[in-house]
Amino acid sequence: MHELSIVASLFEILEEKAKEQKAKKIISVKLKVGALSGVIPEFLETAFDIYKKDTIAAESTLKIEEVPLKIRCQRCDTEIVKDDFVFICEKCDSRELETLSGTELLLEKIELEV
Amino acid sequence: MKKKEVLVLEELLGSNKKIASEIREKLGKKGILTINILGSPGAGKTSLLERIAERLKPDYKMAVIEGDIETERDAERIRAKGIPAWQIITGGACHLDAKMIGNIFPEIPADLDFLFIENVGNLVCPANYDLGENIRCVLLSIPEGDDKPKKYPKAFTTSDCLIISKSDLLPALPFNLEHAQKEALEINPKLEIFTTSALKDSKINELIEYFLSALHKLRQKNA
Repeated sequence: MHELSIVASLFEILEEKAKEQKAKKIISVKLKVGALSGVIPEFLETAFDIYKKDTIAAESTLKIEEVPLKIRCQRCDTEIVKDDFVFICEKCDSRELETLSGTELLLEKIELEV
Repeated sequence: MKKKEVLVLEELLGSNKKIASEIREKLGKKGILTINILGSPGAGKTSLLERIAERLKPDYKMAVIEGDIETERDAERIRAKGIPAWQIITGGACHLDAKMIGNIFPEIPADLDFLFIENVGNLVCPANYDLGENIRCVLLSIPEGDDKPKKYPKAFTTSDCLIISKSDLLPALPFNLEHAQKEALEINPKLEIFTTSALKDSKINELIEYFLSALHKLRQKNA
């Protein structure tokens, strides 16, 4: 599982931001995790709790917003939320689709004590 | 106590992506086509690279970066074909990342045509890490079963090319080739699909043609 590596990357950003803001500690961390992001939110939570010990985020809570896979058909303009990862338009059968959301793996915001 | 909320909006793998983009640009400028090969342990990645090496060696210069949790074995197999190979031993990590490729970068000869990267055997984690490749290939071997594309969507949606390997085993196993191809194209309509056998040396030429055409396009773009 690569969630621990991803959490390590998260902490690089967290420490940089906390320093920038001269924060005493990080209170909460909010992530956006897409259905097709390739990571499992529960594993991220576990990895976060292991990693946060003895860091500026030691007492912080992690909030994860799970973002469904949403696509738009470029032929008929229909927007569909997909739970099967089948990239075919349900309305017109087109395979020309644009992914609107669902692949993100994003640090959205943090709450700090300054 | 004063609280403050800070909007960050940064990709967690943003720094990996940045390093990968730099690698892609630098290698592209040298006219080197980089191919990242993903697949389960035992899918036949190294065997396929051995066949590719035999085909390309007389006319082209190639090198291979091997990623494994332990041992130099794969790099030794490639070197035995007269091809330069670097072994990255991750010591437990389940994927390669762009920084690891960046560490080898100074040693990569400028006159290469192809740089192949064989990722750690794993159909999950490597899918998240851009290594600076131009083409990502995912291997699916016949013994793994025809249901894998939808079970491991990230590996298949992020790839450009699907190599269904060990086709010599098709008569022996209940693998529905049509079903596998159909499902793979449903989750990624842009996939180029090749059905190969490294053991029987089947359809390797078609794959080589695909790589050569991509090399040609890369060099045209950078000319």
